Amino acid sequence: MGNEGGMRALILVGGYGTRLRPLTLSRPKPLVEFANKPILLHQVEALVKVGVTEVILAVSYRAEQMEQELTVEAEKLGVNMIFSHETEPLGTAGPIALARDHIKKSDKPFFVLNSDIICDFPFQKLIDFHKAHGKEGTIVVTKVEEPSKYGVVVYDDKKCIESFVEKPQEFISNKINAGLYVLNPSVINRIELRPTSIEKEVFPSMAKDNELYAFELEGFWMDVGQPKDFLTGMCLYLKHLRNSNQDKLYSGPGVIGNVLVDSTAKIGKSCQIGPNVTIGPGVVIEDGVCIKRSTVLRDAVIRSNTWLENCIIGWKCSVGQWVRMEGNTVLGEDVIVKDETYINGGQVLPHKNIGDSVRTPQIIM
Amino acid sequence: MLKAVILIGGPLKGTRFRPLSLDIPKPLFPVAGLPLIQHHIEACIAVTNLKEILIIGFYPVTQLQQFINDMQSQYKVIIKYLQEFTALGTAGGLYHFRDQIRSGSPDAFFVLNGDVCADFPLTELYEFHRERSLTSLMTVMSTEATRQQSLNFGCMVVDKTTQEVTHYVEKPSSYVSTSINCGIYVFSLKIFNFMGETFNIKQEEYYKNDNGNVNKDAGYLQLEQDILTPLAGTGKILALQTTNWWSQLKTANSAIYANRHYLGLYKQKHPERLATGKKAEQCTIIADVHIDPSATIDSTAVIGPNVSIGPDVVIEAGVRIKESIILDSAFIGERSLILHSIIGRNSRVGKWARVEGTPSDPDPNKPFAKMENPKLFNNDGRLNPSITILGCSVSVPSETILLNSIVLPNKELSRSIKNEIIL
Repeated sequence: MGNEGGMRALILVGGYGTRLRPLTLSRPKPLVEFANKPILLHQVEALVKVGVTEVILAVSYRAEQMEQELTVEAEKLGVNMIFSHETEPLGTAGPIALARDHIKKSDKPFFVLNSDIICDFPFQKLIDFHKAHGKEGTIVVTKVEEPSKYGVVVYDDKKCIESFVEKPQEFISNKINAGLYVLNPSVINRIELRPTSIEKEVFPSMAKDNELYAFELEGFWMDVGQPKDFLTGMCLYLKHLRNSNQDKLYSGPGVIGNVLVDSTAKIGKSCQIGPNVTIGPGVVIEDGVCIKRSTVLRDAVIRSNTWLENCIIGWKCSVGQWVRMEGNTVLGEDVIVKDETYINGGQVLPHKNIGDSVRTPQIIM
Repeated sequence: MLKAVILIGGPLKGTRFRPLSLDIPKPLFPVAGLPLIQHHIEACIAVTNLKEILIIGFYPVTQLQQFINDMQSQYKVIIKYLQEFTALGTAGGLYHFRDQIRSGSPDAFFVLNGDVCADFPLTELYEFHRERSLTSLMTVMSTEATRQQSLNFGCMVVDKTTQEVTHYVEKPSSYVSTSINCGIYVFSLKIFNFMGETFNIKQEEYYKNDNGNVNKDAGYLQLEQDILTPLAGTGKILALQTTNWWSQLKTANSAIYANRHYLGLYKQKHPERLATGKKAEQCTIIADVHIDPSATIDSTAVIGPNVSIGPDVVIEAGVRIKESIILDSAFIGERSLILHSIIGRNSRVGKWARVEGTPSDPDPNKPFAKMENPKLFNNDGRLNPSITILGCSVSVPSETILLNSIVLPNKELSRSIKNEIIL
């Protein structure tokens, strides 16, 4: 075991990100901008801040665009980025075994993150907690309202994990695995190089040996892997910005609540933007537009008098005048929506031309 | 000298026109900026030597008096409202008021159903009738319908050479003819002789049979079943086929359709009634549009095609209106979109709202197709898509959508409504 450089982190990117289609048909999921920054960079930036010097991305497909773009971003952040390709899907634990040589370059604990998670990433506190208990692993846990939908984590007063219970019918805990871990390199010895689940196979055995602790996350947490949660996560993130970094939020005429607007976007007169809106670079919003609880991605155009709520507008889309879109509508890249149409819960694939209203939720191929 | 009679029925009729007929008699509902039957009146006064228009129905006089006064002062012919004491049927009313019609010995008189709308070819109809009036008692205006739709109308078999009506059935259950009765007629005064005979026979039957229809008055006569059907084949009824635009106006759906056609007719007959976007109304106009001079419209609004805007309406910035009728004193808040809808008197639509209906226009791919008057509900009990109608004094909150819905008067909505009737 060596001691080369700083800490390592492994990010589980996995497959094609089908849950976030139609956006991921144009751009790999880690590059889809969440609050005007690729989802993955939210994590990488937070990792760099606590001294991570090498990030290993576990991906099950080759995406040259992603690798090129991320390498550029990694250089800017001064972090080494390594792409670890699975030839067959290895689950959530297999990729750790696959990346063992990279991880073992250092004897410091390493991070493992699910790539869809957004929170305020309190990594320093997490490391401190991990070092304080001195055992092999720490799982970040977060409180949820309806634990029966998830697997819950049961632990004692000292945060030592006792067991995991899948979809409990009777209440035993409201803490779930938040998909963020710190592990000692020794954990690699517990994982075989085969398709295997860290949650179902590795963690339960670590818990049995009293080697696993729970770190309770304060503040917001969201898995933004699908459109509905993407928007909910955005709301939580913007609220967090309001409390932590208010200057980043946009304020101007017609703005309501927490709104993030790229400096290169143009907003017309008599608009009502917000609450909970993100407007990407190069976006043009014409006069008299109302946007609520939506994300508008790079270079999209929203023409005058249009009303949007609960939408994700893809890159380079053109939305006509007097359009109404709502109900978790997602427009893929370069979709054109004609004047005066109504789209309710439409998932529109890239490069489509929408001329007729879509009144009930459906996929537009 | 000629006269005309317009048959308007009464408040128990025209229920399919609700909720628009709840606060205004259907004959007075504004289409292309004019009360529906004013279009009939204008067609009548365009006929040379027409001296008197009699409007027959059983609406209370109070509901029509103002309109009659307005018409009387606007047009230089005698216009009267004759109120039936009860529903007498389409011919019963004519016979009841026969002395009024006969007075002054007109050469002939027109009869127009109040619930049709058309580019009425009355002069043509009269000329045709006059040339043949030695033998004939009446001429019916007819038009071509599709085979399927003809069953909803009065069907006539017409002799191609003599143009005599040889057979007449009102709403047959199987196919009779694609020539249908437009509800527009010209009669010779001699018709009252035949009506009199029919009337007497009916009276005798009425008092003879204890099981007669007690709901109907003894003087109840229907023009179609009691006059046209027996006279068909006697050589006394002729039919003149027209290719002019014609439609019934039964449901609120057809008001949008009629509005569009009457606006189209203004292009030739009354271009001054069409907005150009150059005068007082400085907004963008997509023809054809009628805007009452007392309406206030923001210059950034885009109106048309086929829109009528009534008196004292206020339309704010960035509003878009298309294929709709906006009744008097309505308010449309900024950035809203109104599509295939009727906005009732004094109603209020907030900002960024979308009020949208589905038109049920005649099938453009079928020659001679007429307006369908679909039932309100389909076989599953769900509302059929229709135009959206706001009754009077309805308020629609900002940022909501109203889709294919009907809202009865005086409702304050608090949410979006789709495919619903709001009582």
